[in-house]
Amino acid sequence: MDAIQQQLLEAVAGFHEIPAGAYNIRANGQTAARNSSANIEITPKEDGTGIEIHIKPNTKKESVHIPVILSQAGLKEVVYNDFYIGENADVTIIAGCGIHNGGSASSQHDGIHRFVIGKNAKVKYVEKHYGSGDGSGERIMNPKTEIEIAQGGYMEMDTVQIKGVDSTIRETTAKLEEGAKIVVMERLMTHGHQTAESRFKIEMNGKGSSANIVSRSVARDESHQVFFSDLEGNAQCSGHTECDAIIVGNAKISSLPQITANHPDAALIHEAAIGKIAGEQIIKLMTLGLTEAEAEEQIISGFLK
Amino acid sequence: MLELRNVSFQVSEESKEKEILNDVSFKLEDNKFIAITGPNGGGKSTLARIIAGIEKPSSGQILLDGEDITNLSITERANRGISYAFQQPVRFKGVTVLDLIRLAAGKKITVAGACEYLSEVGLCAKDYINREVNSSLSGGEIKRIEIATVIARGTKISVFDEPEAGIDLWSFQNLIQVFEKMHDRLHGSILIISHQERILRTADEIVVIADGKITANGKKEEILPTLLEESSVAGCKYWQKEER
Repeated sequence: MDAIQQQLLEAVAGFHEIPAGAYNIRANGQTAARNSSANIEITPKEDGTGIEIHIKPNTKKESVHIPVILSQAGLKEVVYNDFYIGENADVTIIAGCGIHNGGSASSQHDGIHRFVIGKNAKVKYVEKHYGSGDGSGERIMNPKTEIEIAQGGYMEMDTVQIKGVDSTIRETTAKLEEGAKIVVMERLMTHGHQTAESRFKIEMNGKGSSANIVSRSVARDESHQVFFSDLEGNAQCSGHTECDAIIVGNAKISSLPQITANHPDAALIHEAAIGKIAGEQIIKLMTLGLTEAEAEEQIISGFLK
Repeated sequence: MLELRNVSFQVSEESKEKEILNDVSFKLEDNKFIAITGPNGGGKSTLARIIAGIEKPSSGQILLDGEDITNLSITERANRGISYAFQQPVRFKGVTVLDLIRLAAGKKITVAGACEYLSEVGLCAKDYINREVNSSLSGGEIKRIEIATVIARGTKISVFDEPEAGIDLWSFQNLIQVFEKMHDRLHGSILIISHQERILRTADEIVVIADGKITANGKKEEILPTLLEESSVAGCKYWQKEER
């Protein structure tokens, strides 16, 4: 693995070296390294389009790393990764994609992740997206996450994309059975002429299911963001969706939350707010001795933390 | 020493000039504690904002230790030793109490160090240190955190705009002690805008501002009795008498 690839790997997965436990590292369209553990089995799909990750029931406190890095300009790939999480398991899955594009052709990674989460299983899914390189070729990522959570299951999804991705369309769908719960925290920052679109469609089908979808984003310069969030309550359930966005410069943001109750005991809330940084916030930090630019940075980094 | 010389401040309102402050002059000597009182809408908060640099006076000068700081920015004044506690503290999503106190202290203080400032304002530090300074905090809590940020700065001039507003009676006792302590221990000057007799009693000097003008200015011993007298005659008062 070369220096650029190592740098990407560190940005998205937080390590230079091969991690402990189960992992699959994909570099420039090829598998660079793979390891299964006693409880977590990673196998390639027969048709070569991706991998399957099987986590045995009752697997506790284990993690899986599945970073993807692209450093070859002009490479376009679609990858299907399927996760099967056994009953009562409690695991952390760390995915991430880093693209370095120093060329003029665009590079694109579309990762389609399917999660089948068993009864009472708990999953924390962390996804970081990062782009670098000063070529004119675009860095494009279109992640799609399809989630099914069985009775009593839980998924926490934490996604971050704060630098260097020129164009992204994120789609997340989830179907929740009785007592299942999903919590999503999405953080997004766009610069220059970047565009980002994020769509959520959550169906709460089981009694006592719940969803909390929170998006915090900052759009700078001339960038453009669209946030769609659709919560459907088909049983006694509780759902909350919140989009908070800060505009810096001439950026444009749209937020379209939608909530639908198809059951009398569905309790659903949506909140959305878009605006510039409040002048009083900058003033307060300036009275503590920060310059205006430092105050702005502090507010944004706190907001996206 | 902080000195205001002939400070006036006007705003345009429906194409008419409205005078908020008119020829205000006074001195805040080193290690002194001045309380500013007077009716609502009299220009007191504007005065505090002018000292902090948030508003620029239409005319007049502000001097800090002899240096004219009238045209300095908020940041420059902060770095020269002026602190300002907002009447309505600002809320931030994502910024924690610890972040804010660290920014105020201007250095990487330890969690234990930050906790001390919270304890000084009567907050149980461990319950608050990692909380966000957002709308989940009550009015009284955020007010006390605001005061803690000023204490953490430890500068030579501290300006408080109605620190008692939004604070419950129990905490008010504690607050008085905070100011007494600041006054005794720190070698700095304090300017507090207040309507509370208890706070006025803690001060060395009292300045009364009404309709944008200073109507009285002098030692607490001279000013306070006249204020108490006025209120009993007029039947309406702009400060709150101490409950006995």
